[in-house]
Amino acid sequence: MNKPMLGLVLGGALGALDGLSALASAPEVKPHIMGIVVGSMGKGLVAGILTGVVARKVNNLAIGIAVGIVIAALLALPFALAADPATGKRYFWEIMIPGSIVGLIVGYATQKFGQPVPQRS
Amino acid sequence: MTLPEDALAHLQRVLQTAEPPGDRYTLQEPVGQGGMGTVYRAFDRALGRDVAIKVLRGDVADAEAAVRLEREARILARLEHPGIVPVHDVGVLADGRVFYVMKLVRGRRLQEFARSASRSDVLRVVLRVCETVGFAHAHGVVHRDLKPSNIMVGAFGEVLVLDWGIARVVGIGRAAAGDGAGNGPPPPPVGGLTSVTSAGDAATGPAPDPVTAPGTVLGTPGFMAPEQAQGQPGLADARTDVYGLGAILRAVVAGEPGGQSAPRPLAAIWARALSADPTARYPSAADLGADITRFLDAQPVTAYREPFHERAGRVFRKYETAIILVLTYLAVRLLFLAMRGF
Repeated sequence: MNKPMLGLVLGGALGALDGLSALASAPEVKPHIMGIVVGSMGKGLVAGILTGVVARKVNNLAIGIAVGIVIAALLALPFALAADPATGKRYFWEIMIPGSIVGLIVGYATQKFGQPVPQRS
Repeated sequence: MTLPEDALAHLQRVLQTAEPPGDRYTLQEPVGQGGMGTVYRAFDRALGRDVAIKVLRGDVADAEAAVRLEREARILARLEHPGIVPVHDVGVLADGRVFYVMKLVRGRRLQEFARSASRSDVLRVVLRVCETVGFAHAHGVVHRDLKPSNIMVGAFGEVLVLDWGIARVVGIGRAAAGDGAGNGPPPPPVGGLTSVTSAGDAATGPAPDPVTAPGTVLGTPGFMAPEQAQGQPGLADARTDVYGLGAILRAVVAGEPGGQSAPRPLAAIWARALSADPTARYPSAADLGADITRFLDAQPVTAYREPFHERAGRVFRKYETAIILVLTYLAVRLLFLAMRGF
């Protein structure tokens, strides 16, 4: 699988799982879980493809990981800063840390397991 | 009349001298010695480069050895491959001894290389040897004397298979013998090398091993297949070299026979290659190479059925970082969960 595609698939899947994990970490958000999962998955898809595109251009594991973390953290930031409309509570670190780790995983995986696009002659 | 000792010594030195006729090559010091010939460094004046000249040794310079050395040159000339030393010229010395000129290769023998290299680097070298030997098989040639001292590893990563002196030409069908225009034959079917029994069958290549009679044992103990050791040269085929490759693998990875410290899948690979029954070995050098590649890629090898715990360990080692990252993610999630509890 090429790097952008791997980033897309992995980012989407991990994003969805990350959203679902809110059921365990904050059960009071259960009524909004569908929106959380869709939002998290969308965030994961965008982060994944961006990380994959960068991984295709820059073949460097450390840079790939850093880019994955930064993109995922930037995309998670608005969600982390927003307060839960029902409870008014913020879940800054609960969103930022796992979201950044997901970015780290996607950044690592796209560099490590993604196939480079063949060079055109 | 008897000659004085110093005169005899002088004559012996003259006899051992291997100056090629003409003035093209200037012979320098010997750089190696094999069962049949001595290899000298030489300078090619016409092209201004160093070359190597292999000359039949004076003490074995009979008609059979001459035929063998000439065959070796022709076989090498036929096998154009990065893993095989190219031959530039062949000829006869003033005293009748055959010689041939080849590229001068510099490097370390495999056993020396293996002492300082990592296991994976050594395996990659063995893999390259498998590819070269597989190429020779595809062109109807069986090496029959594969051993670490016949493998040279160059300073820039070149891997060369040397000393094709007892190589055997076998038939893989007329088409597989090449078309004479430099186009190579297609790869043979698996294990498809069969002995040629008449010179006419190999008209486009070197004569088919006219000098190895049944009962003749050629090869190196510890590295030659049982069918070779039993003096059955007619049975030599691709699997004979597979045995030699297995013996090389065992020697350079484990150091000594047995190889207790080697991973079981790797030991199983050479055990299969070293089967006494040729039909139990890998059918070709390519198949052996494929299993080595699988081992290097941390994939299951065909020679070994691994138990569940070993498979789990192998998968963990292969995806170690990814698994640790996922576990870290789960640990963070659990940490937040625990913090909520407090």
